[in-house]
Amino acid sequence: MVGKGLLGIYLTALVLLPIAALLSKASSGGTSAFWREITSPEALAAIKLTLAASAIVVVINAIFGTVIAWVLVRDEFPGKNFVNALIDLPFALPTIVAGLVLLSLYGKGSPVGINVAFTRAAVGLALLFVTLPFVVRSVQPVLLELDVSMEEAAASLGARPLTVLRRVVLPSLAPAIISGVALSFARALGEFGSLVLITGNLPFKTEVGSVYIFGQIQNESLPTAAAVSVALLFVALLVLGVLQFASRRQSRHVL
Amino acid sequence: MSISPAAGIGARRPPVRGSAEAEARAARARRLGARTIALGYLALLLLAPVAMIFYRTFEHGLGPVWSAVTAPNAQRAFWLSLEVVAIAVPLNTIFGVGMALLLERGRFRGKWILGVLIDLPFAISPVVVGLALVLVYGKTGWFGDWLAENGIQVIFSMPGMVLATAVVSLPFVARETVPVLHELGTDSEQAAATLGASSWQTFWRVTLPGIRWGVVYGVVLTTARALGEFGAVSIVSGRIEGQTQTLPLYVQDRFENFDSTGAYAAAVVLALLALATLLAMTLLTRRAHRKAGT
Amino acid sequence: MAIEVRNVDKRFGDFVALGDVSITVQDGALTALLGPSGSGKSTLLRIIAGLETPDAGEVLIGGHDVTHSPARTRDVGFVFQHYAPFKNMTVHDNVAFGLSVRKRPKDEINARVHELLGLVRLDGLAKRYPSQLSGGQLQRMALARALAVQPQVLLLDEPFGALDAQVRAELREWLRRLHDEIHVTTIFVTHDQEEAMEVARQIVVMNAGRIEQAGAPGELYETPANEFVMSFIGPVNRLGDAFLRPHDIQILPDDDGTGTEALVERVVHLGFEVRVELKLHDGRDIWAQVTRENAEQLELTEGQILSVRLPAARVFAT
Repeated sequence: MVGKGLLGIYLTALVLLPIAALLSKASSGGTSAFWREITSPEALAAIKLTLAASAIVVVINAIFGTVIAWVLVRDEFPGKNFVNALIDLPFALPTIVAGLVLLSLYGKGSPVGINVAFTRAAVGLALLFVTLPFVVRSVQPVLLELDVSMEEAAASLGARPLTVLRRVVLPSLAPAIISGVALSFARALGEFGSLVLITGNLPFKTEVGSVYIFGQIQNESLPTAAAVSVALLFVALLVLGVLQFASRRQSRHVL
Repeated sequence: MSISPAAGIGARRPPVRGSAEAEARAARARRLGARTIALGYLALLLLAPVAMIFYRTFEHGLGPVWSAVTAPNAQRAFWLSLEVVAIAVPLNTIFGVGMALLLERGRFRGKWILGVLIDLPFAISPVVVGLALVLVYGKTGWFGDWLAENGIQVIFSMPGMVLATAVVSLPFVARETVPVLHELGTDSEQAAATLGASSWQTFWRVTLPGIRWGVVYGVVLTTARALGEFGAVSIVSGRIEGQTQTLPLYVQDRFENFDSTGAYAAAVVLALLALATLLAMTLLTRRAHRKAGT
Repeated sequence: MAIEVRNVDKRFGDFVALGDVSITVQDGALTALLGPSGSGKSTLLRIIAGLETPDAGEVLIGGHDVTHSPARTRDVGFVFQHYAPFKNMTVHDNVAFGLSVRKRPKDEINARVHELLGLVRLDGLAKRYPSQLSGGQLQRMALARALAVQPQVLLLDEPFGALDAQVRAELREWLRRLHDEIHVTTIFVTHDQEEAMEVARQIVVMNAGRIEQAGAPGELYETPANEFVMSFIGPVNRLGDAFLRPHDIQILPDDDGTGTEALVERVVHLGFEVRVELKLHDGRDIWAQVTRENAEQLELTEGQILSVRLPAARVFAT
């Protein structure tokens, strides 16, 4: 069918060819060159910062995201619908605006006296903002479907609320939380727009992987840019793959 | 505290609670505690910053904002953004619906590869997308020579920006359409076939009406993503003021030139568009829930 | 239009849905494909409709080989178990669909739809949407829709399976009367032997992808070709290799020495008929079917020992 051909061309032009070109450029100097490029001091610093910040951020998301999902599903209060809609704001808002928005409150001239601009805390803050919806939206539907009678049964058997939470509810939510964490992590690894203004992009201090890559492109060092890109992409796909696999295994026991 | 004769059995017995009231009070405290944590977190991370920027923008009145918004470059950036979106979104919509049909109704091996490819833009940093596109369509890229020979400019020009925007917003329509297509099922399509309808007639009169809200939701998400795209377009556009500067790029440009009013004003326009998107998403979700009876 | 299926095979992966299946359906017949789940009856129906293609064999409708023609060109009406309504169209537009696809003039379509809605007793509901109809109404709409284009053949896949018992009974009756009026060759699939016996004039019993027997309901009941048909159609007692019908087991009022001793374990009253669960003196369990009057006359009670006469049992060569 003509349709299938056109779809194939579209997909090739937009995804396949670019990925292929990226891999090709990254390996253009052989493995030794690749390794050298990603272990150069500045690149290494950027990669380390990206990985560390993303890891910390997703842990925070796992906790707060689950609490928020819980409150949105199990609790009732005026304005809940508004709050629920608000969760998607980081999805809808352009990243550059997100950065500006955070800067206005937590940057220079902050009315509450908190100035994290040009610090590593700013990296964390921006990443928390853009990855907020993932865990919440992942956990919400599962919580909605959860059979309350399981918790009631546990309570009738003498379990205290905290125990019920720990041994009955959280295991059921685990697959969704893990899935949300995977998506947050991948997103955080590649985040760019929200970091550009608030972190100052200081090499070795607040420069993340994506900013480093950007800089290398500006300097026309395309092989280096490609190498670090491939490294980050590899980590993102690896983590996504592992966590999605873990999530699916968990759900087999739970559902 | 009573001494239970069964206390010797393995499990620890729960302490005797004072009364049902104490239980209820504890439960209420827990609920309020969770609510406070959740709402507090959201207020600090989302609400307060967004409110702040609206405040900062209109701090000195509407006048400066108006002149910032009507500045020629701001106008050009705005229309350029809309132009890019107007091309990229329909392309991705057609592609997305087609892909969803292929994934749900097609019979061939290796479907999962297709799914991975479609989801790939989610895992790639927009900066990397930009780089990859330059490596293929740029002057020194794979098609560089061929494009130059035929006088087609992709990078640093409109086609490149549309391409970058399309790549980063690729997955949404497909992802949102697949589940509704799955739910629709093949029965009504087969019924249409037995009644004599051709494939196209079946698609147009039976399938598409059945999946339209999923598609619309996907289009809303695609549009929001496309409008807000920054990193990929930043690389492929060259950020040439007035020519290849979309609105998000304009925000950065103004900020870097210490024109905070200009930056804030443009940011507010984008934020308003984002809020409109949120509204559309909420209404559509509610509609979907109503139809499903949830 | 007569239908002929010749030596059809169909596999799904390793699963053999149909193995060398051949049937003939006369023009104007009302035939049931009867069998348990997995017997291949739905697959056979779908192959006749053109919704599946056989791996081997031919399908002929009205003498023409349609084996490789798509459903669209076969002029068959198909009714699905879950109705397959076009949810975004009104009842009127649903029924009109086949005609509008053939680009018939508006007046013609409206007249025909009106006629059909009257036939299926849905007049007045033309402007409603499927979500506003009950199961029974939806199935009647589906029938009207299929009949609108005057198909040569009408195929129904477990048409009453998703409906309540009461509605099912009504629609069965109704289908039979409709067929009397319209005389289109009709084949329906069911796993309910009572339904097949009640509605169809010809039954094709299927099991595990094969045809076990085909014939009129009475024929299948009185002269089943094998164990499977006998067990599937009508109640049956099994004693080793022998098969007995419960109503053939006679409970003797007095012990005249010709019967076998049996203990009444349970007496179940099911309205007009009474089911008597018996244990023979050799320990085997059987049950007999007697009328209410018989049960009263015999004064059947649990724990009673009486005499039964077992008829000549049917044994099938294996």
